[in-house]
Amino acid sequence: MDFLSACVIAAGLAMGLGAIGPGIGGGNAVGGAVEGVSRNPGASGKILTTMMIGFAMIESIAIYALVIALIILYANPYKEAGLRALEHIAK
Amino acid sequence: MVHPFLFLQFLRDILAPILFPAAAKAGGEALKTAHTSVDTITYTWLVMAILIILSILTTKGLKNMPGGLQNFMEVIVGGIEKTVEDTMGKHGLPFFPLIATLFLFILFSNLISLIPGFYPPTGNLNTTAALAVIVFTTTHVVGVKEHGFSYVKHFLGPVWWLAWMIFFIEIIGHLSRVLSLSLRLFGNIGGHEIVIMVFFALVPLFAPLIMTVLGLLVCIIQSIVFMMLAMMYIQGAVEEAH
Repeated sequence: MDFLSACVIAAGLAMGLGAIGPGIGGGNAVGGAVEGVSRNPGASGKILTTMMIGFAMIESIAIYALVIALIILYANPYKEAGLRALEHIAK
Repeated sequence: MVHPFLFLQFLRDILAPILFPAAAKAGGEALKTAHTSVDTITYTWLVMAILIILSILTTKGLKNMPGGLQNFMEVIVGGIEKTVEDTMGKHGLPFFPLIATLFLFILFSNLISLIPGFYPPTGNLNTTAALAVIVFTTTHVVGVKEHGFSYVKHFLGPVWWLAWMIFFIEIIGHLSRVLSLSLRLFGNIGGHEIVIMVFFALVPLFAPLIMTVLGLLVCIIQSIVFMMLAMMYIQGAVEEAH
């Protein structure tokens, strides 16, 4: 496999695997919030704000995965070495 | 990210040789990076101009019976003030100007990304890192101002024989706040830009509209989240160590 297609596959895997955990966590958060609101509709404003903050925290993990994927795709620190290795193999 | 067209891109040729002389001379890839930086700077200026002109227009003719623009701005500023008071209590009001400025700047920078031909300054890691460093510095300056030397207690944990370990963990935790604040905002807005671009390349008609609606939500929520986290960090430095 050449260097660039390995990079693309790695970026896709990073994003896909990185989205599993935040997905489960976000589902739990929303489930808890809905339960809380249905028990006490008066507290919905406060629950919504807290859920938003928590949700942003959970979501930021997926965002880190996205940033890693972007780094792999656009700003790979090993690009030069990888391409040089490719040339070496081609010779 | 390569934008096909930006309204302020004519400023690239004027500003790039002044701000990045080395890159302008080198050309090629370096010049492209310099152009992205120039775009960020010019659109930051645009957001600043919008905010300043809006504030001047609003406060020029203040009336007792507010109408139109003044009413609208009073609702926004009043809402932010109420949020600050709810989260930080009465002693949080001195930080209201900083928090409100951060919120409005991030909100406007995020929202102009929804207009075609506008580049969001927060879609560049440099801007978001600068904002995060401002919050980080404020946190510690406020902490030292409030507690003096005993601010160190915030880093030492509850029991003395674990203090040496807690200290390093706390330092890493405080440094990672900068990373998480900047990467969250950048990832959301930059990711939104990329998604819009990919959808636009695949289906130019109507399909990007769905992502734009989602993007509107992301823009507003992310600015609120940044504001909330900044408030919580400052609040954590102000209160007593436990």
